[in-house]
Amino acid sequence: MKRIIAPLDYSRRWSLRWVIVATTVFLYAPILILIAFSFSESRRLVKIEGFTLKWYEKAMNNDQLALAFANSLTIALINTIVATALGALAAVLLWRFRFPGKPVYEGATALPIIVPEICMGVALYVFFARVGWPSDWIWPFNLSAIAAAHIAFSFPFVAMIVRARLANFNRELEESAKDLGASEWQVLHDVVIPFMKPGLIAGALLAFTLSLDDFVITFFTSGPNTVTFPIKIYSMVRFSVTPEVNAASTMLIVITLVLTALALWMQNRDKPGAEA
Amino acid sequence: MESWRRSPKTFLALGLPPTAWLLLFFLIPIGIVWAFSFGEKVGIVDIDITGTFANYDRAFEAVYLQIMVKSLIMAGLTTLVCIAVGFPVAFLITFAPARWKPWLLLLIILPFWTNLLIRTYAMIAVLRTNNGFLNMGLEAIWDAADAVTGLFGLAALGAFQPWDILYSDAAVLIGMVYVFLPFAVLPLYSTLERLDTNFLEASLDLGAGHLKTFFSIVVPLAGPGIASAVIITFIPALGSFLQPDLLGGTDSQLIANVIERQFLSANDWPFGGALSFLLMYITFIAIAARAFLTRPNERRGSLPA
Repeated sequence: MKRIIAPLDYSRRWSLRWVIVATTVFLYAPILILIAFSFSESRRLVKIEGFTLKWYEKAMNNDQLALAFANSLTIALINTIVATALGALAAVLLWRFRFPGKPVYEGATALPIIVPEICMGVALYVFFARVGWPSDWIWPFNLSAIAAAHIAFSFPFVAMIVRARLANFNRELEESAKDLGASEWQVLHDVVIPFMKPGLIAGALLAFTLSLDDFVITFFTSGPNTVTFPIKIYSMVRFSVTPEVNAASTMLIVITLVLTALALWMQNRDKPGAEA
Repeated sequence: MESWRRSPKTFLALGLPPTAWLLLFFLIPIGIVWAFSFGEKVGIVDIDITGTFANYDRAFEAVYLQIMVKSLIMAGLTTLVCIAVGFPVAFLITFAPARWKPWLLLLIILPFWTNLLIRTYAMIAVLRTNNGFLNMGLEAIWDAADAVTGLFGLAALGAFQPWDILYSDAAVLIGMVYVFLPFAVLPLYSTLERLDTNFLEASLDLGAGHLKTFFSIVVPLAGPGIASAVIITFIPALGSFLQPDLLGGTDSQLIANVIERQFLSANDWPFGGALSFLLMYITFIAIAARAFLTRPNERRGSLPA
């Protein structure tokens, strides 16, 4: 169905096109400048001169940075698995059941999304300090506090996405499956979960990047031995700004982009042609 | 939807894991901070919960009240700019040819996938006084203007004075807009995308201009989307920590920076708790206001008048 006709062809209007061009420049120029500096010969971030890969070499040989990176990926991976599972459970629960106090429950699950990060960060800081959460376990178990915090703030996002997907579910499908003799488990496995799948993938993707991207909450839950990539970059920015920071940042940008592209590609591959 | 009593086992199996996680790693920690906000420090680590309101009283002292008001103003300005810029962007994407749409959306989403800290850090090289790209651009414009005035025999503009914008409130604001702009575009787009274009065509057919159609048809119909965009931008902007921290000066600290200091350096948990609960209450008020304000709009949107 083609719904765009001439009078509504706003995308052809140059006044609007300029807005998007200016916005694109505003959004991309700072990042591109940051990337350009990572190839600059000069140690001081004043002028972009020459071309070198030495800052990448330095960043790659930086053991602390490598550990921070491994920590970030590990946490993001654990977070993706657990938060997607918890989010899916909560979504199905809210979609399927009526129960007393449901509005309150819905509100409570949405709280981690709406409460300012700083408030959640300090709350978890106080909580982990007061319960004496062990931070001296061996890797990767010493990351448990950060992972627990990330799961707590990302599973409500997954639940929200999966629930939005389930809202479009035609319950007659479920009923016909039951009429045709499917068990409760078969209905869930063969009808509901396949329908949820795009929501689950989108939710998992969001959970992964939320975790990888998080600074504020991690800032309050990480210790000296459990530094994540953003936290490490932050301390580098605070102490000594060299193009090494830019090289490390560029690597994180590229990794996020590659992962996102991969996930989008997987999501599109699953789609049977038409828009889901 | 069925009652939970019909299959209590499934209900519990579904509900228990997320509820337990939420309780342990969110509600209980928040509850502890709430309890501490009514407490007093009686030692380096000991806090007596005495039910005192002293911490809240202190939060309303001029120095903290000022920071609170400033945080609200900064978040409000950020939201305003993000909506003003985000609306035309979302509008254009909505009406773009189908094969461009995913790419245009990707264009807006990509920076969103880039780390918040990195984006804030990237702003430093743009905004700084010496060799900052903003000042280099301004200098080029200044020099061009200078050449033009020279051409007409007017007085020269004089040497370019770089703008000391980094480590000021203006830098914090630019950083916040930069970071939160994609937040505003996405909800606006998802509402505009569902907009029934028949209304727009009818309006244009009946003689309304594009501007009139925009303000009397598009904006009211997109009301809920605008409200979502406002909330989704305003709330994180109000709790901005990194932008004042990295781009602001000593006097551009916002409420989140004050809260952080209470926990990590001043070691005054009760006062920090009171401040973070005040921030949360403001957030809740903003959400309640949104629910209250969008109700009539939603009704209007669903009933074609």
